[in-house]
Amino acid sequence: MGAGILGWGAYIPLLRLPRERIVEHTAWLNPGLRAQGRGERAICNWDEDALTMAVEAARDCLQGRRPTLAELQLASTTLPFADRSNAGMLAAALDLDESVATLESGGSLRCATSSLLSRLRAGAGAGECLVVASEHRLARPGSGGELRYGDAATALHLGDGDDVVARFLGGATMARDLVDHYRASDSRYDYALEERWIRDEGYFKLVPEVCTQALADAGLEAADVDTLVFPGPVRVGQALCRRLGIEADALADDLAGRCGHAGSAHPLLMLAHVLEQARPEQVILVLGFGQGADALLFRVTEAIAARRPALGVHGHLALRREETHYLRYLSFTGQIGIDWGARAEHDKRTAQSTAFRKRRAVTAFVGGRCSACGTAQFPRTRACVHCGAIDTQEEHRFADSRAKVKSYTEDWQAHSPAPPLMYGSVSFAEGGSLMMEFTDFAPGEIAVGTPLRMVFRIKDVDEKRGFTRYFWKPAPARSA
Amino acid sequence: MARGIRDKVAIIGMGCSRFGERWDCGHEDLMVEAYAEAIADAGIDKADLDAAWLGVFFDEQNTGKSALPLSMALRLPNIPVTRVENLCATGTEALRGAAYAVAAGACDIALAMGVEKLKDTGYSGLPERTKGTFEDLYLPNSTAPGAFAQLASAYANRHGVPMDDLKRAMAHISWKSHQNARTNPKAHLRNTPSIEDILNAPMVSYPLGTYDCCGVSDGAACAIVTTPEIARSLGRHDDLVTIKALQLAPSNGVEMGHDAWDGSHTITTPLAAKRAYEEAGIRDPRRDLDLIEVHDCFSVTELVIMEDLGLSPPGGAIRDVLDGVYDADGEVPCQIDGGLKCFGHPIGASGLRMVYEIYLQLLGRAGDRQLSNPKLGLTHNLGGIPIRNVAAISVIGLHGA
Repeated sequence: MGAGILGWGAYIPLLRLPRERIVEHTAWLNPGLRAQGRGERAICNWDEDALTMAVEAARDCLQGRRPTLAELQLASTTLPFADRSNAGMLAAALDLDESVATLESGGSLRCATSSLLSRLRAGAGAGECLVVASEHRLARPGSGGELRYGDAATALHLGDGDDVVARFLGGATMARDLVDHYRASDSRYDYALEERWIRDEGYFKLVPEVCTQALADAGLEAADVDTLVFPGPVRVGQALCRRLGIEADALADDLAGRCGHAGSAHPLLMLAHVLEQARPEQVILVLGFGQGADALLFRVTEAIAARRPALGVHGHLALRREETHYLRYLSFTGQIGIDWGARAEHDKRTAQSTAFRKRRAVTAFVGGRCSACGTAQFPRTRACVHCGAIDTQEEHRFADSRAKVKSYTEDWQAHSPAPPLMYGSVSFAEGGSLMMEFTDFAPGEIAVGTPLRMVFRIKDVDEKRGFTRYFWKPAPARSA
Repeated sequence: MARGIRDKVAIIGMGCSRFGERWDCGHEDLMVEAYAEAIADAGIDKADLDAAWLGVFFDEQNTGKSALPLSMALRLPNIPVTRVENLCATGTEALRGAAYAVAAGACDIALAMGVEKLKDTGYSGLPERTKGTFEDLYLPNSTAPGAFAQLASAYANRHGVPMDDLKRAMAHISWKSHQNARTNPKAHLRNTPSIEDILNAPMVSYPLGTYDCCGVSDGAACAIVTTPEIARSLGRHDDLVTIKALQLAPSNGVEMGHDAWDGSHTITTPLAAKRAYEEAGIRDPRRDLDLIEVHDCFSVTELVIMEDLGLSPPGGAIRDVLDGVYDADGEVPCQIDGGLKCFGHPIGASGLRMVYEIYLQLLGRAGDRQLSNPKLGLTHNLGGIPIRNVAAISVIGLHGA
């Protein structure tokens, strides 16, 4: 039997920035950028980051299931907090039990594949684990990275037994400090080295070595590989196929034209994309690259037919909204100083003791349901809002509730990083109502009765103290 | 039910400062301006005051905490002073404190002052403020126009009305208030935009444009109250104005806690109105009330309040507004002084400013905007926002009316 992947989920932000929109503002400094001006890249809305995308990818994977997890691993090089458990916030937003081990990995674009390998090598009996990789990538305006990068997250549910959809066959890892690019701890931006050097000394030497070891570990030949997940340039991938003896058509779609390179999350995103169209017995080789390399081999099982993410990579790629303003993208990423006026000066200090006391409400979106009259309500209080009974409220989570718009406005006076601030009263299907801030809607798209789903997003950024706080927001419901 | 205070408290003096962007005045100057008019009107001495109530909302933006700013501005002779705050119902709360003290017999003569100095923030609109340590973690960073604008979407949906029709009635409401304020020398906004100007104004919070929003103003208003007996001893006979009712209905969270409310009106106003009508002995408000001053912070608020007060039938306010029922020459003149819309809205003063207008009208002292022989008037404040608010109503009339 052995360990493997039980399920997968993905998240790609709704907003897509056509590369043409970038190049038209940057080609003046480097006409060569025009050659990279095709396709589009996924970008976070102002209220999204690596944490919020991780929450959505995990929800896409679990779809309301509540598996008994032993461990939650969050892999990223762009998490919002350097010293505050991002994985702990992810666990809280997913309403996981506090006894689930929460770990983070980072430090290299290889961190997600390394987490995956480490966990799969622990094998059967280690308990189920959710590995979530997420990247909110930033590159200096006018750089090649700005065009290449994309924002996305992927979640893999690991375990063993008959429900494994892709069984782990073996793998290998290698740490070698080849500095293809780097980012210092106190820097916002990557420093990139020459591509041909990375190709010749990096990809062409490290990858064959680690692949050979992984194939030996799995007892397979290169010719057995049906699909190669290679998170690097397509031409390099094609050359690697030739060198390794893998069929040229085994190279998996790198999603560059529709999403962009999602850093450490990218190999997992490509793997998820492959799994969504995989057939039983298909052998998949997954590579991770970054100051060394990881290689993992999987064989798809018959169980693949039974498990699907809510939207997955395909579904998320199909759900898109074009961002037409390059300046808005620069503003969302904090790379341009906009005059937000005096209202933006309002102090966003968080009362941490309040936030801690109310963490179930704020992070997990847990309200109450009165055991005397049955009324669902938010927030959960000691006295029922309907019948007034004291201490009768049981926990009720609204995060996965269906909801619709009761009233709304588009407010140009309120401060928002993406004006107008849209908010209104929301009715939950099971009862309960709350005035909330809408997200991912454009002006004119909201009406009374518009169906909604709840997403975990940035509520406010306290610039003065470097603190980000989160809450749930209603976004457009998916037709599915 | 309690018997209430109908005709137990008389108003013997009132004053109101000019409202507007009073760059040259602080809160203490505004209070003195309103007080000087009120004490002269009452014909009493400062030494005759037994107690005073101060209403101010944004204390952190102007007066600072406590009732001391009133005691110090007027140099009161160390009499008891109390500060009250209940959102936009603050001015009515100050009057309620003073009136209840007189009705209880604890005071012979009491003063109620409402003041707000808003124009020291350095930006337009109401000041930004915290909503509470927990509320800040989940409520949207809403503004007053955005919170009230939602009434329009829910109202249009509930009654199946196209937004354009609702917008036209809202424009008429603002047009009417601008017309009324034209001859009011104390009003903040005295220009007279056309319906087209109003409809084409820049959007503030959909569907509210600039002219759908009231003025953010500096100002103060003041009332001096006593018993009818003392009022008569002071020479008030035929011109005795008394309080017929003072009622309050605050939210308990139902609007937002669960889904019983559709967002198209206020839950609190009908409750406060029912109690006030009972206390005042009003059976048919549309027939019995000669004028009303309601909380028209936004045009759509005034529209739904006409139904919540039982003056227009549910869904009927648009027709009544467009038919001119609430115009100066209509069946129930509303905001004859310009209302919050044009007289202005210095929050703590607004409830008392409304009573001031009723008082002037009852005594035939309203100048160019004087109505013909009014005997009974109503004021209505809505503090807060539709999802959580305080409705405050007073009924003021000639003694015996």
